[in-house]
Amino acid sequence: MDTEDYVIRQISVFSENRPGRLAAMAKALEEEKVNILAFSIAEAGEFGVVRALVDQPEKAYKKLSSLGFVVSFTEVIGVRMRDEPGGLYEVARILGEAKINIEYSYAYSGKEMAVLILRVDNTREAIKQIRAHGGEMARIPSR
Amino acid sequence: MFWDEKMETLRGKDLEALQLKRLKWTLAQAMKVPFYRGLFREAGIRPADVKAVDDVEKLPFTRKKDLREGYPFGFLAVPRQKVVRIHTTSGTTGKPTVVGYTKRDLAHWADLIARNLTMVGLREGDVFQNAVNYGLFTGGLGFHYGGELMGLTVIPAGTGNTKRQIEMINDFGVDAIHCTPSYAMHIAEVAEEIGATMPTLTTGLFGAEPWSESMRTELERKLDLSAFDSYGLSEMYGPGVAFECPEKDGLHIWHDCYLVEIIDPETGETLGAGERGEMVITPLVKEAMPLVRYRTGDMTMLREDGCACGRGQKISRILGRADDMLVIRGINVFPSQIEHVLLGLPEVGDHFMVYVDRVNYLDELTIEVEMKRETFSGELSDLARIQKRVTAALRDVLGIRTAVKLVEPGLLPRFEGKAKRVVDRRGGLF
Repeated sequence: MDTEDYVIRQISVFSENRPGRLAAMAKALEEEKVNILAFSIAEAGEFGVVRALVDQPEKAYKKLSSLGFVVSFTEVIGVRMRDEPGGLYEVARILGEAKINIEYSYAYSGKEMAVLILRVDNTREAIKQIRAHGGEMARIPSR
Repeated sequence: MFWDEKMETLRGKDLEALQLKRLKWTLAQAMKVPFYRGLFREAGIRPADVKAVDDVEKLPFTRKKDLREGYPFGFLAVPRQKVVRIHTTSGTTGKPTVVGYTKRDLAHWADLIARNLTMVGLREGDVFQNAVNYGLFTGGLGFHYGGELMGLTVIPAGTGNTKRQIEMINDFGVDAIHCTPSYAMHIAEVAEEIGATMPTLTTGLFGAEPWSESMRTELERKLDLSAFDSYGLSEMYGPGVAFECPEKDGLHIWHDCYLVEIIDPETGETLGAGERGEMVITPLVKEAMPLVRYRTGDMTMLREDGCACGRGQKISRILGRADDMLVIRGINVFPSQIEHVLLGLPEVGDHFMVYVDRVNYLDELTIEVEMKRETFSGELSDLARIQKRVTAALRDVLGIRTAVKLVEPGLLPRFEGKAKRVVDRRGGLF
């Protein structure tokens, strides 16, 4: 597997902090049969960014843009975590020692595994370091 | 190119003699109106006391409130039967103001518009789309008849149905368009959406609301035309009172038809050239409704420098109406200043709204501005950075702190006529 294969395209959507915006977004994705694998909301007062990992990023991007949402792709990585004490420490330690900064992160617990989604300041270096130090990268099923 | 070179370039003694003659005629005309007979009696002054143009400073002011109180025909100096047209101003507060025109007034008005259209480079046979409200608003019929007088092919497009407006521009090979700057921005936006260009369009005449230099840059870039500022007010016929020439460095106010002064709005004291204040106009040829020292409420200044085009008296671009001026924690703020800042920032869009609230006895200015799709990186930190940058840029120009809210593109209102971007939610003082 190549480093590039582990780069995940997260959908980032600008959203005002007002009722119904998330519902509108989720409904649009449902209509397109796009599955949301993981997602988080980051907010700064009056507005925020909805971040989502979906199984069909291109389709989601097109649909949301056509509805007037402001959308962009952001590169993130997914790391498999042992679902037990110390699981997060392992991953965080590798990145810390490699001097890679985590900008934000969220997690999803899938059917077979827990995955930590990370936005870091050096995506490709992070992938190399994690793999070199025995970490296990996750690939997000995408169609 | 001139429409009436002699009048447009008249100077010195000849101009003064003409202005004095017309001022005396105007005062005689005003004396036919009971309001003015009373006003002059109270002020202890007679029209005969005016022996030089400068003596106008001795005369009392006319205020918008006076005109409202004269509703409907109290300010007519001619029998109502001699009035061939009536316009009214919007009347956002209380009764509207009625403006009457005799045949001679309409001829003067059309002539002034023809001067403006010629001044910006239009020629007989050019195609002119008049995309403003036809009706009681003076911008429609005013430009219409002026355009016809100078031989333009006039399209009375009115406002609305923006796609059709764009279609007409292309189908008729329109050279020049007249509309509010806000509507021009909307046309540009719709054209972009549907992927249309308007290659024949060379000239834009924008007025009826104050607009900034950044707005000019935006409009000229987006519509690929040359944009000119048009100034007027219904009380002085309508548009056409002052207009930019190709130098675009101030507006020529037609010195043979309007006598202009700048005063301190608080004290009423006359200010010199280069001092910003309220513009006071005494029209010199108005027959149906002569006015004396009418307080326009518009803030500007007199320019003393000459103009390469050879025409006379200039005023600076209007910063705003005294009525539009917001006083925020004691600081004067004009919406046009906010526009200037926002349009100068590439990170945010062109549409904005301004809200004024009073929170804990303090004025708070909130500005909503649309995000731009292209500048969204997906990162919250970048949004926060944009927000900070906008706030800082506004503070530099306005001198006050504001709350900036980024909103999604396309959500803020678009305006076809005069834009209403300011919502003052402060109650009375208590």
